[in-house]
Amino acid sequence: MQRHDRGTAVSRLIQAGFLVGLVLIWYLAATRWGVNRLLLPNPVAVYSDLLDILLSGEFVEDLQTTLGELAAAFAISATGGLALGYLISRSRYWIDVLEPLFAAVYAIPIILFLPLFVLFFGLGPASKIALGATISFFPIVINTIAGFGHVDRLLVTAARSMGASDYHLFRYVLLPAASPVILTGLRMGFTTALLSIIGSETLASLAGLGHRIVHLAEAMEMARMFAYIVFVIAIAVTLNAIVSALEARGKRN
Amino acid sequence: MAASEAAIKVRGVFHRFGEEGDQRFVRALADTSLEVAEGELLCLIGPSGCGKSTLLNIIGGLMEPSAGGVEVRGQSVRGPLPRDIAFVFQENSLFPWNTVVENIELGMTFQGVAKSERAARAAEALEAVGLKEFAHHYPAQLSGGMRQRAALARALSLKTPILLMDEPFGALDEQTRMILGEDLSVLLARTRKTIVFVTHSLGEAVFLADRVAVFSARPGSIKQVIAVDEPHPRRPEFVTSAKFTSLRNQLYGLLHDEIRKAVHQSTALGASRPV
Repeated sequence: MQRHDRGTAVSRLIQAGFLVGLVLIWYLAATRWGVNRLLLPNPVAVYSDLLDILLSGEFVEDLQTTLGELAAAFAISATGGLALGYLISRSRYWIDVLEPLFAAVYAIPIILFLPLFVLFFGLGPASKIALGATISFFPIVINTIAGFGHVDRLLVTAARSMGASDYHLFRYVLLPAASPVILTGLRMGFTTALLSIIGSETLASLAGLGHRIVHLAEAMEMARMFAYIVFVIAIAVTLNAIVSALEARGKRN
Repeated sequence: MAASEAAIKVRGVFHRFGEEGDQRFVRALADTSLEVAEGELLCLIGPSGCGKSTLLNIIGGLMEPSAGGVEVRGQSVRGPLPRDIAFVFQENSLFPWNTVVENIELGMTFQGVAKSERAARAAEALEAVGLKEFAHHYPAQLSGGMRQRAALARALSLKTPILLMDEPFGALDEQTRMILGEDLSVLLARTRKTIVFVTHSLGEAVFLADRVAVFSARPGSIKQVIAVDEPHPRRPEFVTSAKFTSLRNQLYGLLHDEIRKAVHQSTALGASRPV
């Protein structure tokens, strides 16, 4: 056990060292090795811009836009994916028909259809929500089908032999058997929704964090742009940590 | 009802999987008839794939026979009868996300036992199988033998007059299986349940059964029924007695040809073994 703890501590140290080293190389490249400031701003300047962004609160509006799009997209894809996935999993026939189809569509980079989404839904949040919902729908529906569709038959038979009703079967057998796989699908859906929404904001949008970053790049305000990138990374890492913690907690219960 | 009244009556049961001409078509059971008396322990023994598990599932209402019918305590079987029949399956039929005691209580929830009674009955069942200290373990934390004890406890807690056991010790090693067999004999002598027990172990059949029904190779039907006239609970010394050996040899003689036939079938047809 102790050996295990020490192993974990060492790997944490390596991870932290990697990040520190990265920032150090960045600093040296910007100050000593003569890399153009327009390509790579000084990390100290980035840090002071980041402080300014946080203290002035100018990020709030963009953050609200992006998180609002994310919440709407995830609400749509989670509801649709869970409901449709459950219904499909009730029938062996529909599993065989739709599971390979969804898996095939999942492999397509749906972001290619962004221009189409923009034509349909405009440059505002609606096109980001539609794109994010579409992209994140697939991992959710695929995992929901996999979760409900591949429950050990013996457990179902055993429950039935003891007199389990349909409600009992769902609540005490199907749901606990499927939930680990479904939770993984929800986490993957959430992450892909976040990535595709920020990504599409950088390509075609009027607001949001992705939009802000591209806007600063076009204005050549590199230090501030880097500061926003760091900010978005921090938001993404935090959201991912929260969702992973929720997933782990859901799997324990 | 008189003590000699049959608890289970199987009348001319046929069963097949798939349709005729189909590649997976299998005639599992052909014209099988059988009676099990109240309080009797009947073992079904036969070659792999002879349909003994299929017959058990049909008796328990988990499968519908292609032809023929089953009566349990006077009523004809149309589906599971959770108040009359409890199952113990071969392995891994415990819900892995529940502890042992949760598994037992969940079975009673399914059966409709009042919440106030469940804890006491679960404790009693755990005590009976000697798993009291492991009530709060998860199935994955137990050995195969302990998992089967837990599954037995779950079945016992349902207090059904009939117990159907489908190779409950089939996945265990010989020594564990022997001990569980001895414990089971003691336990069952106390409860006086009617039991049908599927096995492919000759020794287990002779040790546990009041009667042993020997199946023919597929399509399975009952070739002969042998009585084991020995009171319960069976003592470990019974295994080394001349009576045990002679019964075991008799069973071996009956089974040997059928096993040859079954092995020939499965190598000739590419082993499509139904559940």
